[in-house]
Amino acid sequence: MEDKMFSKDPRFKVAKREAWIGVGLVVINFLWWFGFAYGLSKGSPTEYTYILGFPAWFFYSCIGGLIIMSILITFVVKVLFKEVPFDEEEQSAEEANKGGL
Amino acid sequence: MMSLGILLPLLFFLFIIFFVGMWTNKYVSQSDSFLHEYFLGSRNMGGFILAMTMMATYGSASSFIGGPGVAYSTGLGWVLLSMAQLPAGYFVLMILGKKFAIVARQYHSVTLIDFLKSRYQSELVGLLAALSIIIFLFSSMAAQWVGGARLIESLLDIPYWLALLIFALSVMIYVVVGGFRAVALTDTILGAVMFFGTLILLVATIIAGGGVTNIMEKLVAIDPDLISPFGANGELSPLYVSSYWILVGVGVVGLPQIAVRAMSYKNAKAMHQAIIISTVFVGIIMLGMHLIGVFARAINPNIAVGDTVMPTIAMEVLPPVLAGVVLAAPMAAIISTVNALLIMVSSAVVKDIYLSYINRDAQERTIRKISYTVTAVLGVIVFFMALSPPDFLIWLNLFSFGGLEAAFIWPVILGLYWKKGNRYGAIWSMIVGVSSYILFHTYYPNAFGMHTVVMPVVLSLITFVVASIFTDKKIVYKPLKQVD
Repeated sequence: MEDKMFSKDPRFKVAKREAWIGVGLVVINFLWWFGFAYGLSKGSPTEYTYILGFPAWFFYSCIGGLIIMSILITFVVKVLFKEVPFDEEEQSAEEANKGGL
Repeated sequence: MMSLGILLPLLFFLFIIFFVGMWTNKYVSQSDSFLHEYFLGSRNMGGFILAMTMMATYGSASSFIGGPGVAYSTGLGWVLLSMAQLPAGYFVLMILGKKFAIVARQYHSVTLIDFLKSRYQSELVGLLAALSIIIFLFSSMAAQWVGGARLIESLLDIPYWLALLIFALSVMIYVVVGGFRAVALTDTILGAVMFFGTLILLVATIIAGGGVTNIMEKLVAIDPDLISPFGANGELSPLYVSSYWILVGVGVVGLPQIAVRAMSYKNAKAMHQAIIISTVFVGIIMLGMHLIGVFARAINPNIAVGDTVMPTIAMEVLPPVLAGVVLAAPMAAIISTVNALLIMVSSAVVKDIYLSYINRDAQERTIRKISYTVTAVLGVIVFFMALSPPDFLIWLNLFSFGGLEAAFIWPVILGLYWKKGNRYGAIWSMIVGVSSYILFHTYYPNAFGMHTVVMPVVLSLITFVVASIFTDKKIVYKPLKQVD
């Protein structure tokens, strides 16, 4: 008998797609972080340019990276992620009624 | 000597989490399924609580004490490195994501080990996983207790054993009576303390330094390399810094105490919310805390011991009551890590050892009694170990983070998404992951200029794939066996 885990359940297709989106986001996150950090920091630190008081490489890579990723992730989750039920028997509704956190 | 202004917020905070933790016991005593409630909060976490407990469990003493200390001496390069932690906020929930949540429900899994056992239909997988969790997480828990007690010791100026006792009592009792729900709920408070503590201290540090521009000028005057991404002594190569993306970013998927949270949420909506909230919170806390460490250098360049940077600067730039609130943040980080580890190790002992091998047909009442007892006894053992930590414990703790990642990352991820992955792959990948981590750490640390964790993770991947393919024909799937 085949394992239940790899059945043709359509929810698994959603899950797989979203996992790949996660991988894609990490790649984007990494490239942004790496690109600005090491692309803008060539030469002597005494000749760095500054944005809002921070060295430009740091501003774009770390502060900018955090802002961009937060926006991107919010967008991805709101637009591309699908809500699927987790329980087959819908026992979740019953559990939720018990009062949760 | 500590002023009363600093002391009061700290004590107030310890009382609050203690009572919140105790209050959750009513859920435990009313629940129909004790195991699900005690070790998983009845899979009832909403998005905000899920985000907070992920973040608080993940953020530990090193984010608030060790990290800023290194940033103080290394400069902005260490802040850059700390940002490799940003994916920890979203990657775990996206990768384990819905598949893990659905499958864990199908299998009635309460722990990560339950899941692995049902996925690979192998007792040996379960046993290996249980042993690595008990050994590694126990030692890292003891190390966190030592950290917590040392912090109380230095803040309150009391003997170490008394500090340890205060710490143990304030954490252990509520975890024992309240279980996972108590951990998650108190984590929410602790996470809020960590978040606001970081913001307050960051703003105060910038003001005390006369603005960011001023601070950067002072740093350049001390050593221009402090504002480069390569570290004050050029010790941070791009490759080395990038390899931290494995250790503290994507590899976090393999940490059992984090992964178990990915099966505790109520529904998809909670998961979606948690992804957004935990990314923003993890990002702000990591960026903020490490930045504070760098800024501190400009304000007081004479701090000799790295671990004292954060407490020293807090007391220097803040009025006492606020300093007390801010110093509660590292306390919160330690407690929220320890409580998760305690319930995790307890679940491995109760569910994966006791109920799997010693007493398979235990009654609900017996399970209850055993669970409370095991959690309490574990706490007491950790207490005595932390009193004077034995050498092997310190040694084990060195591997616990990376070792667990190397052991679990592929059996979990490939187990979820790769059909051909089988028990031979899982068993060998765990063995190779952990033992190669120990060997690399001992004989060739930071191999090829990358953090030690990289090679074991690569080796365990190769092992998993090769072993699974070679044994593919041997595997016959039996009908799904219910674990519960």
